[in-house]
Amino acid sequence: MDMNQYLSMFIDESNDHLQSLNEKMLELEDNPEDISIVQVIFRSAHTLKGMAATMGFEDLASLTHQMENVLDLVRNDKLKMQDFIFDTLFKGLDALQSMVQDITQGGEGKEDVTSIVANLQAIVRGENPLASAPAAASTVKANTGENPLQLDEFQYSVLEQSITEGHQVLFIDVAIRDDCQLKAVRAYMVFDLLERFGEVVKSHPTVQDIEQEKFDRSFSLYYITQKDASELESMIMNVSEIGSAKVIVLDVESLKQISQSGASETAAAVETPAAPAAPAAAPSAPTGSGVPAPKTAQAADAPVRKAAAAPSRTIRVDIDRLDVLMNLFSELLIDRVRLEQLAGEIKRTELTETVEHMSRVSTDLQNIVLKLRMVPVDTVFNRFPRMVRDLAKSLNKKIDLVILGAETELDRTVIDEIGDPLVHLLRNAVDHGVETTADRAAAGKPETGTIQLRAFHSGNHVFIEIEDDGYGVNREKVAAKAVKNGVVSSEEASSLTDDEVAQLLFAPGFSTAEVISDISGRGVGLDVVKTKIESLGGTVLITSKWGQGTKFSVQLPLTLSIISAMLIKLGSEKYAIPLSSIVETGMIKRSQIRSLHGYTMVPYRDAHIPLLSLANIFDVADFDETAEEETEIVVIRKGDRLAALTVEEFIGQNEIVIKNLGKYLPSIPGVAGATILGDGQVALIIDPNTFIK
Amino acid sequence: MGQDIKVIVFKLGEEEYGIEVDKVQTIERILPITRVPKTFAFVKGVINLRGVVIPVIDLRGRFGLPEAEFTEQSRIIIVAAEELEVGFIVDSANDVIDLNTDIIDSPPEVVGGIKAKYLDGVARISEERLLIMLNLSEVLNRNEIIQLESLEG
Repeated sequence: MDMNQYLSMFIDESNDHLQSLNEKMLELEDNPEDISIVQVIFRSAHTLKGMAATMGFEDLASLTHQMENVLDLVRNDKLKMQDFIFDTLFKGLDALQSMVQDITQGGEGKEDVTSIVANLQAIVRGENPLASAPAAASTVKANTGENPLQLDEFQYSVLEQSITEGHQVLFIDVAIRDDCQLKAVRAYMVFDLLERFGEVVKSHPTVQDIEQEKFDRSFSLYYITQKDASELESMIMNVSEIGSAKVIVLDVESLKQISQSGASETAAAVETPAAPAAPAAAPSAPTGSGVPAPKTAQAADAPVRKAAAAPSRTIRVDIDRLDVLMNLFSELLIDRVRLEQLAGEIKRTELTETVEHMSRVSTDLQNIVLKLRMVPVDTVFNRFPRMVRDLAKSLNKKIDLVILGAETELDRTVIDEIGDPLVHLLRNAVDHGVETTADRAAAGKPETGTIQLRAFHSGNHVFIEIEDDGYGVNREKVAAKAVKNGVVSSEEASSLTDDEVAQLLFAPGFSTAEVISDISGRGVGLDVVKTKIESLGGTVLITSKWGQGTKFSVQLPLTLSIISAMLIKLGSEKYAIPLSSIVETGMIKRSQIRSLHGYTMVPYRDAHIPLLSLANIFDVADFDETAEEETEIVVIRKGDRLAALTVEEFIGQNEIVIKNLGKYLPSIPGVAGATILGDGQVALIIDPNTFIK
Repeated sequence: MGQDIKVIVFKLGEEEYGIEVDKVQTIERILPITRVPKTFAFVKGVINLRGVVIPVIDLRGRFGLPEAEFTEQSRIIIVAAEELEVGFIVDSANDVIDLNTDIIDSPPEVVGGIKAKYLDGVARISEERLLIMLNLSEVLNRNEIIQLESLEG
């Protein structure tokens, strides 16, 4: 089989699994007692192993397998999670990650993981000196691990539930006669028969292996049915060339026994076929491990689905195709408007109705098309907890990473680019921002430092902020360094505000290693971060309070993003105001407008706020609000400052796609971009931030 | 012996201009134009060209010719040069001709009042017919415009 066509899928899915493994491991580190997390980790690792084995990446599969063995002990309470186990598992994850990376780059995914494997095996054997207590238990476990009919948690709970719901759960052991010519066919007939009357939850060897005759003479399975056991037994025996069929009715107690201890009566049947059953798994793995092969997991999937967490149902689409789709769609919308006009002229009810229906459908379609490109920022954020953990650990610091607004959606193209700068800023915060435990205690702060990573929309921008409660920027040292490196003159330095001094860290002159130890450490290649963010059309700012911490504020444009906006009318022109900058909309009477110190003001709540005429700012020819007795206003906000804009009329709220005005037009004050309205017309997007100084 | 090139021919007033065909993306009838405030006077606004927002320039305004009403013949020529996509509004565009670069003479000092720097040359097609070849990168040169504006302002 040509595996190449599945390769990209494999890589994507592997990355997903590694990601979730990382996340869950971190979660587990916080709640080491929570076995349900271990279950999730185990399942993820298991799927990964199956995928890797199928694709022929054997190193990957075998390492995963070793990790699985450890996890298996943990989830069965045979082993307690401890620091060194976490570290070993994390190392394993890293190795897996670099293997997948290698595969991504066209490699074979080979890597020398002997030491990790040795450590994992030592943990399984309970050999780690720290793990002497659970050693005995794990040895026992290692034996049961050989039981091929070991049920995983899913299957076990399904069976258990079936019993309590009054279904019959059977353990069936079937042996085919020695002289049988086509044993796979016979086995198939048995399965076929069984599936007519119930559900096979798990079989050994797997259905797949049986189909390929990869079994000896016998197989056994767990089965849920309403049929009488003895009746089934005779039905199975009716299949020709069947030597024996043993049907055992299980209750909760015997299920537990049989599934956990590897039922002695099954041992005989199971011993022989174990070896040939294994080839799907990694060769180095112990044969007949307690792990069902992928196919079985699928077979078991049907009855289990309710219990399982809903798997994400997504497909991956090339972004260029989405662009094409979106542009084609705009064309369709223009035709739609034309059709609507024609229908209006022709005035035939059927035509009008059809066009109206088409309009509704296309509006819905448009919304969906637009949303396709948006990705929540957590696809970037979710790799940070692990990174911060490792960094903090290696620096011997205690740091809490708090992530807020991970659901904030960003255009895919922006998402792809912001990862690196953020990694840089976070490292910086961990390394140089947050103090050591001792320093924190000395400064009267809690031992554990906090780094907040926030994302939110504001105006036409996404803000990502990284704020730590550490040292803060040392003004004197930074200024001194800046003067020394010739970034500013000493006169300039003394006249700068604290925040302006902090910005100096972004100057290229600061990206030298010795600086790190000199000043409170800020400044490792921050110029690179700045350059990168600016190349995305964004800005980055530092605000800092000495002794209280530092905040990096990254502002990114929503190029091609979708925002909610209020569409307004000024004469014959339409504009869009981002909803995020709008505080409220309202009406004012002419008589309410005051002139204060040469500025036009209107009362708002308990204060007066400036009133700006949008028509004046934009030189709109065919609208003049001075003629109106009452006028609509939009109250906008920038930070904590407010202002009111006069508009002629509100059209309504809409989701709009931000498009830039092209390279030819210089940046236009007050205009953040353009959008294409449903009728194909271009409307400018107002950037209210520029109106409030 | 010069190269053979294909040239799109368009009209501003009575004069015929040419742009090399590979600089031209498409020629459109006049589309709805959205005015963009606070920009150069000859920038008429932006259009939606199949999902892409493109600024359009009134080429008459750019060359300092008197503005004219749009007619049935008016066209927007979408040109692309040096990553810039811009639409030129012209009085009409309805011809594509083959030229040999040999017949293009270097621009004379003054051509119909239009600054010679915007011209690549003049092609003499016949005794009566002269074709003014546009120097696109000069026409689209924004730095020069900004300098001009600041001088005027």
